Amino acid sequence: MRETFSLEMKQIVKQFGSVIANDHVDFNCKPGEVHALLGENGAGKSTIMCMLSGVYRPTSGEIYIHGEKVKIRSPKDATKLGVGMVFQNFRLVQTLTAAENIVLGEKSSFWRGPRWMKNKTEEIDSIAKRFGLAFPVDRPIWQLSVGEQQRVEIVKTLYRGAEFIILDEPTSVLTPGEADQLFLTLEQMKSEGKTVILTTHKMKEVMAAADRISVMRKGRMIHTIDKSDTNEKDLARLMVGSDIAPVEIQGRTRPRGELLLNVENLDVYAEHGRKALNNLNLKVYKGEIVGVAGVAGNGQSELAEVLNGLCTWKKGKITFNGVEIKTASVRGAIEAGISHVPENRMKSGLAGSLGVVDNLLFKSYRSEHRSKYGFLKIKSNREWSQKLVEQFDVKTPGIDAPVRQLSGGNQQKLLFAREIDRKPELMVAVHPTQGLDVGATAGVHQLLNGLRDEGKSVLLISEDLEEVMQLSDRILIIYNGSIVGEMRQEEANRERIGLYMAGIREKEEEAV
Amino acid sequence: MDLITQLLVAAISSGTPLLFATLGGILIERSGVMQLGAEGLMLMGAVIACTTYIHTGSLGWTLLAVLVVGGALGLLHSFLTVTLRANQVVSGLAMTLFGSGLSAYLGKSITGTPIPGSVPKIDLNFLDGIPIIGDMFAHLDILTWFSLILVILAHLFIHRTSWGLHLRAIGDNPATADVMGIPVQIFRYGYIIIGSMLIGLAGADLLLVYSPTWIEGMTAGRGWIAVALIIFARWNPLRALFCAYFFGAMDTIGFKIQLIGSAIPSYFLKMIPYIITILVLMYLGWRNRNKPSGSPEALGAPYIREQRF
Repeated sequence: MRETFSLEMKQIVKQFGSVIANDHVDFNCKPGEVHALLGENGAGKSTIMCMLSGVYRPTSGEIYIHGEKVKIRSPKDATKLGVGMVFQNFRLVQTLTAAENIVLGEKSSFWRGPRWMKNKTEEIDSIAKRFGLAFPVDRPIWQLSVGEQQRVEIVKTLYRGAEFIILDEPTSVLTPGEADQLFLTLEQMKSEGKTVILTTHKMKEVMAAADRISVMRKGRMIHTIDKSDTNEKDLARLMVGSDIAPVEIQGRTRPRGELLLNVENLDVYAEHGRKALNNLNLKVYKGEIVGVAGVAGNGQSELAEVLNGLCTWKKGKITFNGVEIKTASVRGAIEAGISHVPENRMKSGLAGSLGVVDNLLFKSYRSEHRSKYGFLKIKSNREWSQKLVEQFDVKTPGIDAPVRQLSGGNQQKLLFAREIDRKPELMVAVHPTQGLDVGATAGVHQLLNGLRDEGKSVLLISEDLEEVMQLSDRILIIYNGSIVGEMRQEEANRERIGLYMAGIREKEEEAV
Repeated sequence: MDLITQLLVAAISSGTPLLFATLGGILIERSGVMQLGAEGLMLMGAVIACTTYIHTGSLGWTLLAVLVVGGALGLLHSFLTVTLRANQVVSGLAMTLFGSGLSAYLGKSITGTPIPGSVPKIDLNFLDGIPIIGDMFAHLDILTWFSLILVILAHLFIHRTSWGLHLRAIGDNPATADVMGIPVQIFRYGYIIIGSMLIGLAGADLLLVYSPTWIEGMTAGRGWIAVALIIFARWNPLRALFCAYFFGAMDTIGFKIQLIGSAIPSYFLKMIPYIITILVLMYLGWRNRNKPSGSPEALGAPYIREQRF
């Protein structure tokens, strides 16, 4: 049966130190199919695809392309064999133009005058048009939106003549509308005989786009199946390893209270003078969860940073608990009772090489319970840490273990323990469940819900639409640095939010 | 010659060593590796040039020896920073200390001995009649002309060739370059070696053209000025030309004021180029505060393919 597979990976093992990321994984593709590789974050999908594209080398195992055994030692080898990959974190040089990025690997023609570039630009344009992937070819990458950058990446693989195109979590940066457009592109690729491998953890996409589906769990290949022979429920069970108990989100136990946070006409400039927030207005009341949905890079990070005193604003007024905040100050935000779960927990949330106790102390070391005359109360702090670790069910080798060694879910629980123990008035949680498995995600959702039930408020900034719709009492949509839409939970649906996220709704309403 | 013309002429003669060193540094740093060893490399270039010239009497052998030694030191720097992934700042400082010490030792026996010849000049007599231009360009030596040609070549290379595109890519985002099949580590070796040769040549130029006897520590901080010039020039060869000549002129100003006969102590006058360096740095930093610095994004970071993201 081998000849029916254009690509086969057999018994692939990949170890990072003592961690086994892929454990004897078998994977295969038929020519001209869209093959979805489904699994939770950390299941080993990206790892195995990185081996196919030459970024990692397998510890053991064999790869066959068109029945011939091949060795992929470097990305260069992969390109020669017709494998092209669109990474989740794009591999683009920010300062070069889209066209320059696409021709980057080309060896021919040493001299590249304006005429050469013009010919190439036309060639790139025609490929882009054929697959319905439009983007400005002459602009540097840093000026393009994330969706456009992804299109550059896809055209790059096509330009280089890839036969196998790997897309790693392609829809995580797209609006629902852009994602639909991407699926049309995939159809076009298929019709031209390309094989597309799509890694994802979203069931809906799999059912919409794939011909065949492989499910991975904890570094193992669980099952490969035709789409027609399965359904979402079965796939979910395969992916998680058990039936998912739907997270019970209880309704609100008390009505929302008075106004807690009022942001008026806020303008924030990011690096290089880019306007990140543009006349943004936002209200958060006591005892409610406000979800902020939007495509990455529309000002979410800056909004979270401003509220936590991490960046300053040019224009506008922020009132918290009836008091106007005049200057950006992290300490001020902490003392006012604002907690922050940042988008990148290992970058700005936790210090990886320090222990659990130190990480828990970061925001409370000044309090009289934790220190006296500038000296930390070692003994009582350890007891306090131990208590928090137990209360929030953080699995750690010990309270002195460097937090780097904890799993993503436990790191997040630790972060929540620190932030919630301070009894915040407002919790600003940015992508709180990114990279967490189903169990840990449910845990985080319960914590956020619990805060609301205590009459506290949560500003939930997330790209996961399902999450926002499930948890929030009110949903705001951020686009280009402004809040462009608002709806209550019960009136929200994917399509409406999707239009707002793409900035379409706004324009339509203006036209009317 | 009036003062302005004198300054322009001096700008070229004392700016050329800076120009060589800055161009070398730009090539190295564009590939993503920091270059803080310029002072040591220039001193080594100067002492090797002096020794070889005195012993062989041949300019050709002299320049060859300088390039070989510069390249060898570049190989050492690249082995440390690319293969062993040593800290690039420490490796650069080590090059400076090593170069200063070794050059002082090698130069002991030739200190004060004048070199037996000079670098040939290209006489463009038809320029003689033209004011300023004639003074500046009519009788330049071949090394200076070479540096001018090099500026143009480097600019075209970086912005108009496939290799230049690769160079920009490996300095900004080596992971991307790697995925595109560009051998990052080999290219970095190449650019560090070639760049170090040019910095060595900067030292040789200083000795052969500007001040033709070896004195211990004769670069007097020019290597460090070159490091600063790379940043002023925002890693661009054409801007490097203007920056190097500007600082060359500054270098001479103190000297000129002294000749006019002023009451300012000479130590103060010697500080002028460095004070101006600081002021210009502050001004440019303020003026370009909203622009990308032009600094290669990956500058200072060793590249490891299998690093997990």
